[in-house]
Amino acid sequence: MKKFLIAATAGLLAMAGAAQAATLDDVKARGALNCGVSQGLPGFSSPNDKNEWSGLDVDFCRAIAAAIFNDPSKVKYSPLSAKDRFTALTSGAIDLLSRNTTWTMSRDTTLGFNFAGVIYYDGQGFMIRKSAGVKSTTELDGASICVQTGTSNELNVGDYFRSKNMKYKEVIAFATLDEAIKAYESGRCDAFTSDRSQLAAVRLKLTNPADHLVLPETISKEPLGPLVRHGDDQWFDLVKWTYFALLNAEELGITSKNVDQMVNSTNPEIKRLLGTDGKYGEGVGLTADWAVRIIKAVGNYGEIYDRNVGPSTPLGIERGINKLWTEGGLQYGMPVR
Amino acid sequence: MSEATDSAPTHGAGRRWSWTDPKLRSAVIQIALGLLLLFLLWAFYSNAVANLARQGIASGFGFLDNRAGFAISQTLIPYNEDMSYGRAFLVGLLNTLLVAVLGIILATILGFLMGIARLSKNVVIQALASAYVEVTRNLPPLFQILFWYLAVLAALPGPRQSWGFGLQPLFGAIGNGLNAIGLGVIGGPIGAFAAGLGAPSVFVNNRGLVVPRFFMESGGTLLLAAIAAGIVIAVLFSRFAKKRREATGQIYPVFWIGLAIIVGLPLLVSAAMGFPIGVERPQLRGFNFSGGVTVIPEFVALLLALVIYTAGFIAEIVRAGILAVSKGQSEAAHSLGLRNGPTLRLVVIPQALRVIVPPLTSQYLNLTKNSSLGVAVGYPDLFSVFAGSTLNQTGQAIEIIAMTMAVYLTISILTSALMGWYNKRVALVER
Repeated sequence: MKKFLIAATAGLLAMAGAAQAATLDDVKARGALNCGVSQGLPGFSSPNDKNEWSGLDVDFCRAIAAAIFNDPSKVKYSPLSAKDRFTALTSGAIDLLSRNTTWTMSRDTTLGFNFAGVIYYDGQGFMIRKSAGVKSTTELDGASICVQTGTSNELNVGDYFRSKNMKYKEVIAFATLDEAIKAYESGRCDAFTSDRSQLAAVRLKLTNPADHLVLPETISKEPLGPLVRHGDDQWFDLVKWTYFALLNAEELGITSKNVDQMVNSTNPEIKRLLGTDGKYGEGVGLTADWAVRIIKAVGNYGEIYDRNVGPSTPLGIERGINKLWTEGGLQYGMPVR
Repeated sequence: MSEATDSAPTHGAGRRWSWTDPKLRSAVIQIALGLLLLFLLWAFYSNAVANLARQGIASGFGFLDNRAGFAISQTLIPYNEDMSYGRAFLVGLLNTLLVAVLGIILATILGFLMGIARLSKNVVIQALASAYVEVTRNLPPLFQILFWYLAVLAALPGPRQSWGFGLQPLFGAIGNGLNAIGLGVIGGPIGAFAAGLGAPSVFVNNRGLVVPRFFMESGGTLLLAAIAAGIVIAVLFSRFAKKRREATGQIYPVFWIGLAIIVGLPLLVSAAMGFPIGVERPQLRGFNFSGGVTVIPEFVALLLALVIYTAGFIAEIVRAGILAVSKGQSEAAHSLGLRNGPTLRLVVIPQALRVIVPPLTSQYLNLTKNSSLGVAVGYPDLFSVFAGSTLNQTGQAIEIIAMTMAVYLTISILTSALMGWYNKRVALVER
């Protein structure tokens, strides 16, 4: 009895202590990064038949693993539905959520998360059957609309219809993307609404993609990015600066192919990023050459984009606003200094 | 209590603090366990509060007043995005209760029929009922829900190709048929009559079942009063009929007379007011039907699956209950001249209920809990609306999961209590 009491008390104290530990130390001790991704969204995070994950969001997980372990494969992927993703991060089941998640104020504040950056600037759109003869979202009055539970899309639909003085027939919310798509494809809804990048990916998965059309309007801002829990600033810094390193590498012309030569560059900006001048990497708990490891493993932001969602991929999405700021886009890496 | 009355051969005298006293020992252990449990609960609570505060996560129940912002596809009470999470909680709760209560009623009816059919002397009926039980209770409920939703209901035509039901197509078809076989003399008027009936007003498509909405243009309260009065009169009549039967042996068709009163009285009242009933017919407008009432396919799929799945178990429970009544009971009833129906209804089932009710309660609880599987087809029950959408938008997992747990627990305990009370009523009174 006494022993049990002592054990129980000790257990409780240990539980209270565990939540305080630094995420980076946990990841190092574990030997792998626990990364939350989608359950299968081509271009962002999807597994192939050998259960090897690829995509924009996946490459970000791999970049972090490369920075820590010098091995991009040391990632354990947790496929999460939109509904379950936040609980997984809050509870500590994952270290990082890199799952096409929109940066919103409530998620950044009351839900207890920090967004490390915007890896893809997106916006919400509608997909509809061509046979419906609709050319614009303003013609959707009276439509049945399928959506995923727990997304910002679910909230935007109501706001959009109201702002356009339209009424939907009904909004049916499904727990997973697959269920929502199946319902849309079976004719349960007239339109499926989600982020445009997701619509492009989903459309390819449909039996006959040519029968479906993504309407031209974008009804909301959906900045998608990786996020971490509140309460561990060092980990937050590491994730945030990994993102900036990817952008700066592209801006400075450092690629996975030329990074070994670039180490010898005399350009002071390149020297600071690659750690030949100063020890900036130690600021995020790593070594000075952290960015070299990242770029060698996954390339710069442009390479990641082109490999996963760019014009040469099945998704074929132009860079658009996701170009670097120097080329008229929104992607802007903070200076390493 | 004095020592003298304590006749049990225990260590009554003295009552000292000793581990050898089993009563005292068990009391100490129980108190210690209770304290430990309280301590654990307190530790969990304070740990959670401290951690939430440190991570800057909102806590408390204040979020229930915030604007929900999401739509719900089936609402029994008025709801829109501007209403609060608290309101969304109520909407979800009512949706859960709707499918649970309807499911329990229908599963009981179907289960009793199937259970009795399994005992039928007719080989075909018996084989069909056996096949039904073996198939339905051996397939997972989630699979059955998806089957009805994706394989059956999704295969229905789209809104523009809806199947319309009403008298018009029927009479129209008869008229056309008669015209075709050369009986235009009769077919013509029938066709005209069909045209006069107007378009069909009940539609079935892959968006659900669309029916006209009826509403009282005036005198709604009077009608409600008439329905209430009808129920009261029917109850009084059944009491009178019972007394009369016990006194004289005269049997009234209580069910039919009661039904006639409950339906007839409101009908008479509305007739006296000149039928002030408005009809809102559904009309195809744009993508969908507008107006009328739509029963969504998510609800139908969930209800069908729950009823059919649970009825398989109930059938076996009913069969077991009936077989538990000794054969002599029905033989005695037969020898008194009772036919099969009354024997079953008046002699066998009342005794079988003693065996049936306790396991039946478990099935009711299972059905209620299984209703949360509706999340797989997007049925907006409590689990989907509250523990799904609301949890995600607010992130207040602890409060929301606690509330959801409390609701399911309350529903289950109420069901158990109700069935316990009923079980006491049907239990065999030993003499």
